[in-house]
Amino acid sequence: MRKLPDTIVQPPASARGTAGSRIAHDSAWKHVSGQARYIDDLPEPPGLLHATVGQSTQAHARIKSMDLSAVRAYPGVVAVLTVDEVPGHTDIGPVFPGDPVLAGDLVEFIGQPLFAVAATSLRAARQAAKLAKVEYEPLEPVLTTKDALAKQFFVRPSHTQQRGDPDQALAAAPHRLQAEMHVGGQEHFYLEGQACLVEPTEDAGVFVHTSSQHPSEVQKLVAGVLGLPIHEVQVEVRRMGGGFGGKETQAAPLACIAGLLARHTGRPVKYRMARSDDMVQTGKRHDFYNTYDIGFDDEGMLQGADIMVAGRCGYSPDLSEAVVDRAMFHADNAYYLGQARVVGHRCKTHTVSNTAFRGFGGPQGMMIIERAMDDIARHRGLDPLDVRKRNLYGPGRDETHYGQIVEQHVLPELIEQLEASSDYRERRQAITGFNRRSPVVKRGLALTPVKFGISFTAKHLNQAGALVHVYTDGSIHLNHGGTEMGQGLFIKVAQVVATAFQVDIDRIKVSATRTDKVPNTSPTAASSSSDLNGMAALDACETIKARLVDFAVETYAVSADEVEFANNQVRVGKDRFGWADFVQQAYMARVSLSSSGFYATPKIHYDPETGRGRPFLYYANGAACSEVVVDTLTGEYRVIRTDILHDVGQSLNPEIDIGQIEGGFIQGMGWLTTEELMYSDKGQLMTTGPATYKIPAASDAPEDFRVALLAHSPNREATVFRSKAVGEPPLMLGISVWCALRDAVASLADYRYSPPFDSPATPEQVLRAVTATRQWLADNGGDSSCKSA
Amino acid sequence: MIEFFLNGEPRKLSDTDPNLSILEWLRTEMHLTGTKEGCASGDCGACTVSVGVLDPGSRTLRYESVNSCIAVIGSLHGKHLVTVDVLREEPAHPVQKAMIECHGAQCGFCTPGIVMSLFTLHTARQTAPDRLAAPPSHHELLEALAGNLCRCTGYRPILEAARRACAETWTPGGTGKRFSGPDWLQDSAMIASLQRINGEKGSLRDDQGRRCDLPQTLEELRTLRATYPEARLIAGGTDLVLEITQQLKDLGHLISVERVAELQTLTIADDHLYLGAGLTYRQLHEVLPGHWPHFAPLLERLGSLQIRNRGTLGGNIGNASPIGDMPPALIALDAELELDSLDGVRRMPLADFFRDYRQTELQPHEFIRGVRAPLPKANEHLLLYKISKRLDDDISAVLGAFWLQLDNGTVSDCRLAFGGMAAIPKRADAAEQAIRGQPWNDATVAAATAALASDFKPMSDARASAGYRLQVAGNLLQRALLETGSHFDSAFPLTVTDYA
Repeated sequence: MRKLPDTIVQPPASARGTAGSRIAHDSAWKHVSGQARYIDDLPEPPGLLHATVGQSTQAHARIKSMDLSAVRAYPGVVAVLTVDEVPGHTDIGPVFPGDPVLAGDLVEFIGQPLFAVAATSLRAARQAAKLAKVEYEPLEPVLTTKDALAKQFFVRPSHTQQRGDPDQALAAAPHRLQAEMHVGGQEHFYLEGQACLVEPTEDAGVFVHTSSQHPSEVQKLVAGVLGLPIHEVQVEVRRMGGGFGGKETQAAPLACIAGLLARHTGRPVKYRMARSDDMVQTGKRHDFYNTYDIGFDDEGMLQGADIMVAGRCGYSPDLSEAVVDRAMFHADNAYYLGQARVVGHRCKTHTVSNTAFRGFGGPQGMMIIERAMDDIARHRGLDPLDVRKRNLYGPGRDETHYGQIVEQHVLPELIEQLEASSDYRERRQAITGFNRRSPVVKRGLALTPVKFGISFTAKHLNQAGALVHVYTDGSIHLNHGGTEMGQGLFIKVAQVVATAFQVDIDRIKVSATRTDKVPNTSPTAASSSSDLNGMAALDACETIKARLVDFAVETYAVSADEVEFANNQVRVGKDRFGWADFVQQAYMARVSLSSSGFYATPKIHYDPETGRGRPFLYYANGAACSEVVVDTLTGEYRVIRTDILHDVGQSLNPEIDIGQIEGGFIQGMGWLTTEELMYSDKGQLMTTGPATYKIPAASDAPEDFRVALLAHSPNREATVFRSKAVGEPPLMLGISVWCALRDAVASLADYRYSPPFDSPATPEQVLRAVTATRQWLADNGGDSSCKSA
Repeated sequence: MIEFFLNGEPRKLSDTDPNLSILEWLRTEMHLTGTKEGCASGDCGACTVSVGVLDPGSRTLRYESVNSCIAVIGSLHGKHLVTVDVLREEPAHPVQKAMIECHGAQCGFCTPGIVMSLFTLHTARQTAPDRLAAPPSHHELLEALAGNLCRCTGYRPILEAARRACAETWTPGGTGKRFSGPDWLQDSAMIASLQRINGEKGSLRDDQGRRCDLPQTLEELRTLRATYPEARLIAGGTDLVLEITQQLKDLGHLISVERVAELQTLTIADDHLYLGAGLTYRQLHEVLPGHWPHFAPLLERLGSLQIRNRGTLGGNIGNASPIGDMPPALIALDAELELDSLDGVRRMPLADFFRDYRQTELQPHEFIRGVRAPLPKANEHLLLYKISKRLDDDISAVLGAFWLQLDNGTVSDCRLAFGGMAAIPKRADAAEQAIRGQPWNDATVAAATAALASDFKPMSDARASAGYRLQVAGNLLQRALLETGSHFDSAFPLTVTDYA
């Protein structure tokens, strides 16, 4: 590993780059010098072909005929395959069946792959694919969640979680509100589009280079379509140019198609999607239609809640079972709901199959309760922050609607700290004054918390493996089942290894994730990859260390507790050996210096039948306070300032963690503001590139952006060095921006009215809320009564 | 043949498809894969390179950031292309060093583009010592970075890195490196070569008969245009090249106007301004705000710096998009358009140039030569309002361009032009009628707003709904009234971009 600047000085007697130090990403120099290789940058093997697919132009139809003669005849085309030429499985559904690798006689979304093309150039493949003549018999499509709900058209059965008797609680509550809202979806917009490079091996198999968060699943599915045992397929992932969940299941179809073409032609095949194809053909964050019916007291304390979350899954199950589960698990966010029922529906529509996206349904579930908090506040004339604080989980009010007890109450104190450090109260006062006098531009403020459950809700995925080799010069090779997509997993796990052996991080080399090094891995997802892979790597290190200790005890006649690893040395009784020297001695004594490691998360269980259990090992927590300015003539807005306080436990690398928090916040903000997916009434995606789909640019980030890690908060669970997961939770801090926008609009009616406010809150949506608020004012004149829409 | 320099080395190309983008050429022919493709549409900036341009009469190269995915290879003739691949050797460039120290890269895919945008900013600041003295403003950094999307970091560490890097000078070198002198970006031998190349007319042909001509004079351009009326004119190509990269079209013959010096004309006379069609948005930004301050915020939100470095006035008019930002502004100014050909020059009000969606009065043998706009007189106001989903680097949902002559609270004359409201950039005749001669007050604005519904039947698309467009168009008139009214208080700005 290259030497990189270290921004804090380590204590002199300690190895460099151990857990907790602020060292740079292991690829930092390669990133900034353009030398980091992504799939499309790999040297092209001789005879390389380029792949693409023909796409359905209908959302729901039977294919009557498909004439591919012009495609086959196009100059440069080498192979054209349909589903009839697939030697193995034709269904590549990752969890449940339902995803044909190439369509048969039925198509269920616009963009669905119909046939695969391999040509000598990418341009030839893409041009040829446009020449197919396909005859369709159109069928009626279902395109919206509400339509699917009305027809009870689901990809998986609906579930309910319930605690107590919500109907009785609602009936008895002094105040009751109902509302509905649409929560928009989100395109991942990883900067590196989906890509893979597949080479036929000397046996019947293939070697797959892919940009995937889930190499083992790619391996399994490629083997499946080729009709091979899994061991004939090897998959390597060095890095991704961003994943965000979009490469958990969505990379596999490309690898399967490239694998089929590679075996068919005997030549290497690269399949890299054009951005517009990527946006049309790969799944996104589910948009949701949610409703609430809540009861509360004069102070805004919830007494009962009946919540429905309905995700638009698209045409197949993909991961939607678990995505909607997670929306249900987070419909409370940080609040004790009282007697509560949460129902989740998995709606089937004739659109692309929606998939994992950072937060995995959690953010969409949280939106309904965060909306409710603001509605309660406006209804009762309270500050939304006070309503939020009152409703937080706490001792005696600690059981979730799915039966897990919240054991560590981080948020009350965390919010107090943030409220003070962000000057929430003073700013609230100043803003109210400004808004009374400013004719057009209004300011808004909101402080919102996040509580996010950590663990895969599919229990079997909570396992990980690692492989550690110590070489005779003391250098260390580290491999584990997690993949690097920019989140800094590789450097964090390397820091764990450096800590275990007490050696400088420069001695450790992390290599690409490979299915033949660590098998049967889980996806790098659910924020849990440091927890899982860090522990697996630590397990491998402890095995090797135990052997080294045994060796020392035998050779130097000391007791085990007289052997200590510290600062690149091994102390044995009164002797000190350099790390490399000691390793060399062990090698000469025929001690094994290599080990695998394994970890399985303890304690967790959940029964979907009863809707109860402990699905999460622990919760990650944070809060954000955002201030916005809104133009009430156009709906345009800017985020002026954001303060974040987030709990990452004992951080493995504070700089990496802060990077996750800032990036997650901006991504969450983008989801709720300018990122708008639009479909035509035929089910055609209209926002197919960055010209129309607007992720945040540099000027959208708050100019005043203050992020801090909660001090002195080690994880109470025995995670790796007491750290906490950080990948997904900060995304939901972006909700503070959505609430602040609504707050600015609410100022128009002196905070007495909560306008309807679907997400994303584009300028158009904001102006709609402005118009609704002005209308309410006109209807209610000087009336001081309050209501919610 | 075209000639240029790549990372300090001379290159010649002749038998080359003129549809080839700089990015494709780098990646597939040169195997320089540091520069990335993120979108192939000029919207994400992952492909950003730095291009050294020899301005006429200058002996130094001015480096500008360019989206290599939508710049055709022919545009490199006589220039110096610098890519991230040249920054592989230590010592690291201050931008690279700061990006590492500030943790400005996560997945790293956008990073080469960001490094090159900041490299270009850093280079410009180093060659302009007055700028070097003061740290860059937040505004300046955002301007440099607005065209570079990052999906991982949230930008804060990148902005921090930019700030840090700009405080440091760079001395490239080390031993045995390709660029050992500190001034390799301004290498005198290279500049001498580029001066020679700039005197020579370039062209490209390939074995399929595809070609690109790069005329140097109006005379050559007129003749080419008359001889090949079916050829496509290309200037910056920021819109045209999307036909190649997004629609997979094969453009058989390109005639590039970017090397015709006369099209760069910029004349400021007593009562009017003459703007050559070849002026880029960047160049317009240097002159227009001095006469009409509202052009500054408009041009800062038009595309990104990469786009403004390449996109031209003539291109924005010629492609006749209903959402181009310059035409409504110039129509509000009552600008006159000059079309040129072997038949001579003909002139018309710009407003008359647009016939229907993407259809204009331009004849196949003609080209746009320039625009003549009257300079402001007393009591005249030009108000330009761009409304888009995202503040930076987005296409307008609505563009309102209002020219008002106010005398003692009465609108003695006005022109109201809109983009995004119809198939062409268009004046709001009924709304103008409701305003002209009336007191400039709420009642007049209300009447004009009502009249807009008869002027426009806007469409709903991915950028905005028809209802939003119509509502905002009226509200922008209200904004204009507030801005020009006597009660305006700068403590309460009227737009979010003015809010400090």
